[in-house]
Amino acid sequence: MVESTWVRIGLRLATWLILGFLYLPLIVLGIFAFNESRFMAWPPPGFTLHWFGEALANPAIPRAFLNSILAALAAVAIALVLGTLAAMAVQRFAFFGRDSINFLVVLPIALPGVITGIALSTTFQTLGIRFGLMTIIIGHATFCIVIAYNNVIARLRRLPRSPEEASADLGADTWITFRRITMPGMRTALLSGALLAFALSFDEVIVTLFTAGAGTQTIPIWILSAIQRPTELPVVNVVALVLVLLSVIPVYIAQRISGETAGVPR
Amino acid sequence: MTTDPPATASASAPSRARRVARWLHARPRTQLRLLLALPLLWLVVVYLGSLAILLLNAFWTSDPFTGRVNPFDWSLGAFVQIIGNDVYRTIAIRTIGMAALVTVTDALLAFPIAYYMARVASPRVRRLLVVAVLMPLWASYLVKIFAWRTILQGNGVLSWVLSPFGIDGPGTDELMNSWLVFTYLWLPYMILPIYAGLERVPTSLLEASADLGGRAGTTFRRVVLPLVFPALVAGSIFTFSLTLGDYIVPDLVSDAKFIGNVIFDNSALGEFPVAAAYSMLPILIVVLYLVLARRLGAFESL
Repeated sequence: MVESTWVRIGLRLATWLILGFLYLPLIVLGIFAFNESRFMAWPPPGFTLHWFGEALANPAIPRAFLNSILAALAAVAIALVLGTLAAMAVQRFAFFGRDSINFLVVLPIALPGVITGIALSTTFQTLGIRFGLMTIIIGHATFCIVIAYNNVIARLRRLPRSPEEASADLGADTWITFRRITMPGMRTALLSGALLAFALSFDEVIVTLFTAGAGTQTIPIWILSAIQRPTELPVVNVVALVLVLLSVIPVYIAQRISGETAGVPR
Repeated sequence: MTTDPPATASASAPSRARRVARWLHARPRTQLRLLLALPLLWLVVVYLGSLAILLLNAFWTSDPFTGRVNPFDWSLGAFVQIIGNDVYRTIAIRTIGMAALVTVTDALLAFPIAYYMARVASPRVRRLLVVAVLMPLWASYLVKIFAWRTILQGNGVLSWVLSPFGIDGPGTDELMNSWLVFTYLWLPYMILPIYAGLERVPTSLLEASADLGGRAGTTFRRVVLPLVFPALVAGSIFTFSLTLGDYIVPDLVSDAKFIGNVIFDNSALGEFPVAAAYSMLPILIVVLYLVLARRLGAFESL
């Protein structure tokens, strides 16, 4: 160990403080979900499960959940197909403009979401396309492609080509080799890419606000509109707690898949 | 290797699938074109196409009554409107300053925890810490902002903590609330790259520095920092770019407008040319930042 004892004690202290900073808001949120009062004043006067019932009785919430899930599933499906195709092309072929493809795939996530949002919204408007679930999916798929692409290309780099060549030598055609050799090799990369993309899409609000139009609410859009209505705040709190608890699932699966650090959603 | 091999292979006659496979095998260029066709179609037509239409809109006019854009009615009016108005400049400076401030704060906060994770903690604790940092990252963005709103508001947790000292809580109108919440939101995006960067620093280098008489501070400044700098820049891409385009945080925890608010509000009002023209600013800044980051070697450590 190069670090002195004092440095290590200081670092440990700092680590705990920063973890406290990261978790404090989530803990406050969890407490307020059981708040007896309909006002969000600290400390809560007492505790109740009343707001959970109210959240269940609100038809807008399951509708928004359903929209979010549908949009995420469709966006992930598109992103997986497009991202995988692009990754295979870039990883396996040398061609003019290969670097530009890399850049092009990353661009939708490198540029601020507000740019992607306004660009798509202006285009839909200019072309007279009706806003709705479809336009949400187009937006989400665009910035999810990079997630699938990054996961697949990282995996393809590590996968040896020799099993594919052996498969071809043994008489398997391209399709059989893909199905039996390449696909199983990429499976976990596709799964973690899908997971990441799903989480990103499910949570997205900056692009979605531009592409949703007036009639379609995803869960983040429902939260955003409900935050502006003081009477709905206790129910928002319940939904917020449920969302925080749901976010344990992707972290758990990602840890199981990789065993190491999970990828970073952006 | 094409779009949907397993289904087509089993559905149609095997001999035909095999013939197609053989035909493709001899034509790698065709394989490449088939692979690239769909992704390029989407990214170029849908995405670059949209950006192009956005750019065009910046040079068009909109009808002041209906808000409808008149295509191909060329005008520099939107740019004139932006340049002639001091508010737009103030907002731009405020946003860029905030993005820089958040980036620096996150780097300062991320370094100790990343260092502890990478070089002090035992492997078991390290894994737990990685999960502990990932968890808030995956938690919903909007939920985290909402949580801060409940903490910051007039009768929230912060006021309660501060009231014994006779200090009022910040409420939800202060500009510096955005600083706090942005710093909170993007902190994990800074911790993880720096952690990965620190993990790659070989211990032997630190020992060598110590053997050659370098004090802890000197070793940190002249060995650790230069080696981790690209990772720090990689993290800063997130903190800077995400702050630059955000319009939800400033809206929910402060009453100050940012670049994103100008774009969103103008687009909501149907002022597409102004929104489009102002969009050129963050695009320009982010592209410049990415070019700079690439020079500094940030892309190798992403």
